[in-house]
Amino acid sequence: MDALIEKLKGQIIEQLNLAEVKPEEINPDSPLFGEGLGLDSIDALELIVLLEKHYGIKIQDPKDGKTIFQSLRTMAEYIKSQGKS
Amino acid sequence: MDTITSYAHIKHNQVSVNGEIIFQSYPSLSLPEFLSEAYKALGVSYPKFHKMDAQCKLGFLCTEFTLNGTSFLTENDITKTAIVLSNAASSLETDRVHQHSIDDKSNYFPSPAVFVYTLPNITIGELAIKHKITGENAFFVSEQFDAGLLVNYTETLIQSGTEASVMGWVEVDGTNFEAFIFLAEKQKYTNKNAIFKPLNKTSVITIYNQTIWTH
Repeated sequence: MDALIEKLKGQIIEQLNLAEVKPEEINPDSPLFGEGLGLDSIDALELIVLLEKHYGIKIQDPKDGKTIFQSLRTMAEYIKSQGKS
Repeated sequence: MDTITSYAHIKHNQVSVNGEIIFQSYPSLSLPEFLSEAYKALGVSYPKFHKMDAQCKLGFLCTEFTLNGTSFLTENDITKTAIVLSNAASSLETDRVHQHSIDDKSNYFPSPAVFVYTLPNITIGELAIKHKITGENAFFVSEQFDAGLLVNYTETLIQSGTEASVMGWVEVDGTNFEAFIFLAEKQKYTNKNAIFKPLNKTSVITIYNQTIWTH
């Protein structure tokens, strides 16, 4: 799980152009939206694209995004649960 | 008479403020490299900058350099401050990036973060968000920089309540880029300060051509 979280950190920084954020600054349990990384609605769409592009996962119900993208750890757990890590 | 109180021009990998070059990078730097260097030179931390497309970054930087050291935002009512920009290529550069991302149907991953920049007036939006400016706005597309168009339009805004305006040209097309931003304020023009100029077409053309580029 830790390896996947580290991999996700790099992918998120690249995909979301978080140029001023270092991987070690991202707490896996901090909220991705609002506080924490302070991502916005466009970032949410980019995360959906990231899951599809890198892990072949399509989120069928947009409502699930709220749970999946709660934190880096919940993202990693979801990827694992889909058997795509 | 409304007055031009500050202006900045970015071209040839150089930044000029009120006619004086204040930052320059190697001519060989690409546009993304130059924008990154100019951002560092500006010395601000605005993480959203890194998410912008090249045109918004260019407009953002030129506006920040124009505003630096002025009291434009504190002395004017931001609800009565307009943003009037123009260019020739609209959002063509980002349109190309988006088009490229959807060319290959077997590798079809259009980026929402790219797509949102496929309109030229998003540059205005980025400036408005940064400075909470909520006045009138317009983005004109014309073949070349048209000082008369900007001045005439802003004068009509001033007649209907606008008190200040961020105006100019923000153009990115391939490797060609240029930004020219000037501030106009509703205050009496005096010739005591050489930087200040009356807001009219002649003044705008004069300040547009003022910088002597070193490369």
